[in-house]
Amino acid sequence: MLVLENVSKTYPNGVNALEGFTAKIRPGEIVAVIGGSGCGKSTLLRAIAGLDHATRGAITLDGDRITAPHEKIGIIFQEPRLLPWLNVADNVGFGLNDLPRPDREQRVAAALSRVGLADKARVWPRELSGGQAQRVAIARALVPQPEVLLLDEPFSALDAFTRRDLQDHLLDLWADTRPTLILVTHDVDEAVVLADRIFVMRPRPGRLFEEIPVYLARPRDRASELFEALKRRVLTALDRSLDRSVPDHQGKSVVGEGMWW
Amino acid sequence: MSAGEMSLTATIDRPRTARRNARRLRLALVGFVLPVGLGALWELAVHAGLSNGRLVPPPSVIFTTLWELARTGELWVHTKATVARVAAGFVLGVAAGTLFGALTGYSNFSRRILDPTLQALRSIPSIAWVPLFILWFGIFEESKVALIAVGVFFPVYLGVMEAILTVDRKIVEVGRAFRLSGPALVRRILLPAVLPSYIVSLRSGLGLGWMFVVAAELLGASEGLGFLLIDGQQLGKPAQIVAAIVAFAVIGKVTDWLIEISAAPLLRWQDAYGREAREA
Ligand SMILES: Nc1ncnc2c1ncn2[C@@H]1O[C@H](COP(=O)(O)OP(=O)(O)OP(=O)(O)O)[C@@H](O)[C@H]1O
Ligand SMILES: [Mg+2]
Repeated sequence: MLVLENVSKTYPNGVNALEGFTAKIRPGEIVAVIGGSGCGKSTLLRAIAGLDHATRGAITLDGDRITAPHEKIGIIFQEPRLLPWLNVADNVGFGLNDLPRPDREQRVAAALSRVGLADKARVWPRELSGGQAQRVAIARALVPQPEVLLLDEPFSALDAFTRRDLQDHLLDLWADTRPTLILVTHDVDEAVVLADRIFVMRPRPGRLFEEIPVYLARPRDRASELFEALKRRVLTALDRSLDRSVPDHQGKSVVGEGMWW
Repeated sequence: MSAGEMSLTATIDRPRTARRNARRLRLALVGFVLPVGLGALWELAVHAGLSNGRLVPPPSVIFTTLWELARTGELWVHTKATVARVAAGFVLGVAAGTLFGALTGYSNFSRRILDPTLQALRSIPSIAWVPLFILWFGIFEESKVALIAVGVFFPVYLGVMEAILTVDRKIVEVGRAFRLSGPALVRRILLPAVLPSYIVSLRSGLGLGWMFVVAAELLGASEGLGFLLIDGQQLGKPAQIVAAIVAFAVIGKVTDWLIEISAAPLLRWQDAYGREAREA
């Protein structure tokens, strides 16, 4: 269980990027975080990753306080961030250095074939397309089998077609070991396709505005009416989150509440 | 990839590589057209009696002189002396430059302390040190090696510091996310990231080393290629001067090339890019 308690972050320059963020995220849950630019999504994710410190509040994973990068938490950035001097296989194996070589090689090979890039193992990162590179980054993050995987707009640099492909792929991979996924996105469609729960944030200071549960069975039909309805609901919440006259109404909406559409 | 596919690509690849090599060779040869052409013209001009070629000896005379120097073993003695000086100065300069560059690149504190002083020293024309070095180290090898080391130091120092400062923060973060310890971060992220610019700074350091060895030897030496230059001037033997210059050019190019090829396997990951750029 990942517990965020009153997590706040004020940058040294005085920007109040995150204010009193509280949430409990169950193992294996997929959470999408969505919100206007600058509302603290990346700040939240980096704090969970242990790359930055929260100024107040606490983040705990199964009771472990997170203050530095944690072995059970992996992260995928917006850019693949592959190490250009390592070939694809060595990039994927980057986090497995403690393992004996045969073990490592076997797990790397399995991960690469899982993302459909078995034939690219000996290739340099610069020889990959953007989508392939991001798939390598996904394999690299998944191969140490994290319990929590953080993704900061992982597909936003890709074209719509590749993005869809990778969303489906991510779900497939998720089904293997069912890690908790926390996914920052700007794409409402992506949030509704992937998430069990959607956190809508609002800016200045960044905080949780609304939580929207997504009770749709997988695989989800993007064309279904319910899907459309959920998308509209998220969009409305986004609109309201940016409207400063709407007061915060933190907390979870009750199922069925707001069926006004 | 199946075995069949693999051998297929191999057979397709081989003639392509051969063609590419042939093309590269042709491109390299183009560079020789101008110097060889000019040399041949001058040779003809001297033979035709248009000039006596005393002050500007034609290629044949230069090669005869070189050959004479080589035959008597003189060329070897002088080359050895010069190479030994450059090698000693290069090793010292690179060691100090790497050390200080790493220190100032890695720690803001030492950069604030050291860099202003080192930058101030850098702005001194290095030849200005010579009198002081002679007082300190005497007129023999030590002062020459010190001058060369100073010449090598600055490009290496600057190169290493810049390289460390400009390492992509995002890639360092990958190392942090995978919980690398300090030394592991240096070994697995920082070193490979700075290597390309390090090689470049070694090469420019070596270039300056060759420049400063000439200065040092011109200022007084009893052997060395620089001594051949001075000797040729004092005895009025321009062919010997040009022969020594040719020797400098050849050795300078060879040593630079040695650095380049020994670094090549380490830089294979960016190699193709450089090769394409150079071919274009
Ligand atoms: N390193 C930093 N130093 C100072 N302020 C920062 C820093 N990083 C982010 N901020 C500020 O904190 C706020 C939240 O930034 P954050 O990057 O978390 O937003 P975001 O929700 O990820 O936005 P986007 O959707 O554009 O990526 C912004 O106002 C930003 O200017
Ligand atoms: Mg962001």
